[in-house]
Amino acid sequence: MEYLLHILILIGIYVILAESLNLIVGYTGLLSIAHAAFYGIGAYVVALMALKLGSPFVINIICAIIISGLLGGLVGVPSLRIKDHYFIIATFAFQVIAFSILNNWVSFTGGPMGLPGIPQPVIFGWQVSSHLEFLLLVGAFAILVFWLCHRIIKSPFGRVLMAIREDEVFALAAGKNVALYKVAVFVIGSGMAAIAGALYAHYISSIEPISFTVMESIFIISIVIIGGAGSLWGPVVGAVLLVMLPEILRFVGMPSSIAANMRQILYGGLLVAFMMWRPQGLVGKYGFRLEDTKK
Amino acid sequence: MSSWLKIDNLNKHFDGVKALVDFSCSLDKGEILGLIGPNGAGKTTLFNVLTGFIAADSGSVVFCDVYLHKKPAHRIANLGVARTFQDLRLIKQISVLENVLLSFRKQPGENLANTFFRAGRCRKVEAENKDAAYSILGKAGLAEKTNSLASDLSYGQQKLLSLVCCLVSDADLLLLDEPVAGIAPAMIEQILSIITDLPKQGKSVIIIEHNLEAVRQVCNRVVFMDAGEKICEGTPQEVHNDPRVIEAYLD
Repeated sequence: MEYLLHILILIGIYVILAESLNLIVGYTGLLSIAHAAFYGIGAYVVALMALKLGSPFVINIICAIIISGLLGGLVGVPSLRIKDHYFIIATFAFQVIAFSILNNWVSFTGGPMGLPGIPQPVIFGWQVSSHLEFLLLVGAFAILVFWLCHRIIKSPFGRVLMAIREDEVFALAAGKNVALYKVAVFVIGSGMAAIAGALYAHYISSIEPISFTVMESIFIISIVIIGGAGSLWGPVVGAVLLVMLPEILRFVGMPSSIAANMRQILYGGLLVAFMMWRPQGLVGKYGFRLEDTKK
Repeated sequence: MSSWLKIDNLNKHFDGVKALVDFSCSLDKGEILGLIGPNGAGKTTLFNVLTGFIAADSGSVVFCDVYLHKKPAHRIANLGVARTFQDLRLIKQISVLENVLLSFRKQPGENLANTFFRAGRCRKVEAENKDAAYSILGKAGLAEKTNSLASDLSYGQQKLLSLVCCLVSDADLLLLDEPVAGIAPAMIEQILSIITDLPKQGKSVIIIEHNLEAVRQVCNRVVFMDAGEKICEGTPQEVHNDPRVIEAYLD
């Protein structure tokens, strides 16, 4: 039973990550491979505050969202000047820098050993300790993030994002401040990723930089693209599928040493296959291709 | 009285190619100006400079007493300048209706804080815009296509839609880049009749068009340009009979 709850909690965390990345990649057409960095920043801010300051969870998570959101805005800024592949490299650089800091600033972040012993969160007197309670917490946040994304996408703001994805020149000619929208969507997406990080830190209770590498970023991108970039339900479908996939490998009796490699091969293979034959993902309508955004 | 739109001595060079050379021109409210000239004459460059997509090397543009040069494209658009593109830009992955809705200026719902904290007002404006969009799409004969993707429209309908997008923007100055090129005669008539009506709504238009018959039909005044320079200017008839124009078109 705990095993099942564990899987569901992970799905919830990845739904948050994928929905938030979907705003940036799927709806605005900016391919970012820095999402794991914001996930990690959220986790580390919450862990450090809980361990060093002992401040309450609600305050910590708000700080994590704000810090990650501001850094996200910083990553959004280069998107105003550089495009396509060059922008992807810029986000890649941010991802590498963030990981290096987490990994090397030993006195502050604990270095490669990470931060162990993160206490269980207490929310207005409710101590979240059992798997079921964590599932409720993660589920509530996942629903909140999904609802926020839904509202954003169905608003005139979301309509402008989709216009930017396809043709920035048209959006400019229609009087939309494209630069502002791009930075804003990065702030929002990064802030949401920090929520996932905060929940993960408290749930696992011990975080290490290795959880927030570029591999993790690519995993989140795979969820978005395989599920369906630019659709609301795509990231949910993708998260369920890609989180459960390695568990299926476990059940067919593959030894864990092979399963780990097998998983990487599967993710990579799936991503390539989807980009080639079904760029709109499982449930999406919009075919994710860089060429669409270029013109 | 100073002109409503005043273009003064614009210059623009692209690596030695002269796209605009001391180009000056003015436009009054309610006027329809035709801009003709051979390919590469700098007509579209002029539009790009007017709308802020390209910065001129020198010269100035004053629209309703506001200097336009050095202003970013989206701000110029919000000052009341709308344009269409020669290569027909529309957002093809969203519906015809959404393309029109996108073109309304200054929507409260485009500010996310309003979406969440002043949802009532956003919904009200959105509903009003939708009504306006339905009505104008109806008039343009696109009512049946309201919910189709913009990519499902025929070429002529897409041109019509991009004109509709300009109309709902409530801009006072419309810059139309080849509005009737490459479309069926019946639709040309429809588009020209929409354009002819614009001065009655207090709007001014500059049209780039190779179809001289269409230009003669709708324009009060025509400017002929070649190699970035204004060669001559006058009524459609005068320009049409100018030997330099005849020479350029016979080449």
